[in-house]
Amino acid sequence: MSEPKNPETPDRPDEAVPAQRADTGEVIGTRHGMFGANNGGDTSGYGGLVRSVRMPGASARPYGGPGDGGTSRSSGVESGGGGAYGEFDEVADELEGALDEQGLVPENVIEKTVVDRGEITFHIGREYLPAVARTLRDDPALRFELCTGVSGVHYPGDKGRELHAVYHLRSITHNRLIRLEVSAPDADPHVPSLVGVYPTNDWHERETYDFFGLVFDGHPALTRIMMPDDWQGFPQRKDYPLGGIPVEYKGARIPAPDQRRSYT
Amino acid sequence: MSTPSEASRATPRETTEGTVYTVTGGDWDEVAAGAAKSDDERIIVNMGPQHPSTHGVLRLILEIDGETVTEARCGIGYLHTGIEKNLEYRTWTQGTTFVTRMDYLTPFFNETAYCLAVEKLLGITDQVPDRASVIRVMLMELNRLSSHLVCIATGGMELGATTIMIYGFRDRELILDIYELITGLRMNHAYIRPGGLAQDLPPGAVDQVRAFVKKMRRNIVEYDKLATGNPVFKGRMEGIGYLDLAGCMATGATGPIVRSAGLPHDLRKTQPYCGYENYDFEVPTADTCDAYGRFLIRLEEMRQSLRIVEQCLDRLEPGPVMVADKKIAWPAQLALGPDGLGNSLDHIKKIMGTSMEALIHHFKLVTEGFRVPPGQTYTAVESPKGELGVHAVSDGGTRPYRVHFRDPSFTNLQAMAAMCEGGQVADVIVAVASIDPVMGGVDR
Repeated sequence: MSEPKNPETPDRPDEAVPAQRADTGEVIGTRHGMFGANNGGDTSGYGGLVRSVRMPGASARPYGGPGDGGTSRSSGVESGGGGAYGEFDEVADELEGALDEQGLVPENVIEKTVVDRGEITFHIGREYLPAVARTLRDDPALRFELCTGVSGVHYPGDKGRELHAVYHLRSITHNRLIRLEVSAPDADPHVPSLVGVYPTNDWHERETYDFFGLVFDGHPALTRIMMPDDWQGFPQRKDYPLGGIPVEYKGARIPAPDQRRSYT
Repeated sequence: MSTPSEASRATPRETTEGTVYTVTGGDWDEVAAGAAKSDDERIIVNMGPQHPSTHGVLRLILEIDGETVTEARCGIGYLHTGIEKNLEYRTWTQGTTFVTRMDYLTPFFNETAYCLAVEKLLGITDQVPDRASVIRVMLMELNRLSSHLVCIATGGMELGATTIMIYGFRDRELILDIYELITGLRMNHAYIRPGGLAQDLPPGAVDQVRAFVKKMRRNIVEYDKLATGNPVFKGRMEGIGYLDLAGCMATGATGPIVRSAGLPHDLRKTQPYCGYENYDFEVPTADTCDAYGRFLIRLEEMRQSLRIVEQCLDRLEPGPVMVADKKIAWPAQLALGPDGLGNSLDHIKKIMGTSMEALIHHFKLVTEGFRVPPGQTYTAVESPKGELGVHAVSDGGTRPYRVHFRDPSFTNLQAMAAMCEGGQVADVIVAVASIDPVMGGVDR
């Protein structure tokens, strides 16, 4: 959905233009049909529908930012990168410069940068995460003092990068907010811990481990925090069975929520 | 010959961890005698999860040496209800009914944070009508009052100051009456919806809020008179639960805790939402880093909230309370009929009698919901407890792909160890009360 405005129809308001179907963005999954039925029971004619799920893809410079006049705030469909140098470019420049000083190659560390809906996301190679976080915290021009924890997301369709850990960092000094995102494959669910840099992530990483099975290497005591200690499996993963009991009502059986038909 | 009263008294049990006593109160002599017999001084006390002074089902694990706490840890998760997972199986609009139950003392903040995130994903932030934003701000500030009142009331009760508890709950009741008038419910409102509000203010609401502000301005003085200068109250609170600014940043503590360390960090000022930049209010701070400072901050924030509520009442202009986009706004307006609140009769007449298309539209919107373009957002509001952040991810479907709540109670509760270790057992209660954790928000 990171297609720029169609230059041929400049007069039409954004709302009147149907969503772009161009092959932009990053495919993270595929949807079949309309109603979640996949056993031939869908007689609606929508059963053959195949659509790819695309998340906003990498953005090009300049990234813009809150000070650039609020690009893409109202349309939501349009990708960021408003065309003007802004706060996000400052952060990216400073981060790249600081990584250079440490002898790291920014192109290797930052896999891609996404600007969407007025928010910037740095996708970081997982092995570089602690170095990047420490730089973001300590560099005087960056000063992201406050980490608001980690949120896990499971993309089973994103092969090789199924598990994502998302961090939001807030700079009180410069009044900025950025997002870091790292990914790990299902087969090797390891991400370095940030507790050494942001002690507040202690419980947040335990929570993400508890729900997603992401192992934060270097965490002082990575144990379950919400679920009972002897719980099996990681409930927030998309493939975790909900374990609902089919309810029988006058001979018909209502399946568990994750097996019910639904709009997809 | 064990009578029920004897059975409930502290009887020692040998376990692999050592001798275990189950204490029910009034049997301290036996515990003290048992502890004196034991060869090492190290005692681990489990407080909770069912304990009147731990704010719900919070379990405190304290290692004590005499009266001193040498190590303190929290056990949480007793109120985990899987709300984040549940959201993934409902439409975006139905999500409000779940998030409102997270931190059940701050329902309007949960709803607003969630709805702001959905609106940002939809790209309709600018289209939300002014009237809806003003009402959201008004309800949030009333909610800040009611949340702080509970904090001060229960915190006072835990010190043995039952009068302040009665005062706090007395005034909170006035606010709950307003909620009930406006939303129909005292809690779990689901009143704020993506795109605006479920319905407009009912007749008489403005007058009742105005009367409340007037009354509350008089009542708030009583807290000052009763507690602020009270030497016993100050003696229990001053210097307790100490956490300086470096500690706040490290543990991620926000809200009154970071403001008691002198940093005027308030998202309403730094990253305004819902038009907070247009309201006139102050962010109180203290430099004491302790429970007493947090108490004073909460008291002052209540006064500031009253100011904001008054400004909201002056700003209310007639107009819509939902975005104009018919693909997002539900077609029906709620109306009060003889059998209670429900869809307005006019709308029922239209969809059942005259327009099949309107019926289809209504049915599709309510059962299927609306699609949200793929992407993610982090939207934060300043709840009474601190930064309440929502990380919402959409994959373009009609249901959230992932919603994570960064609840301030959860993060702030981590600071408990830093506040309590090295202090007295009795001060643990004061420190935890000054954090003001609500387990519904901590465990979600």
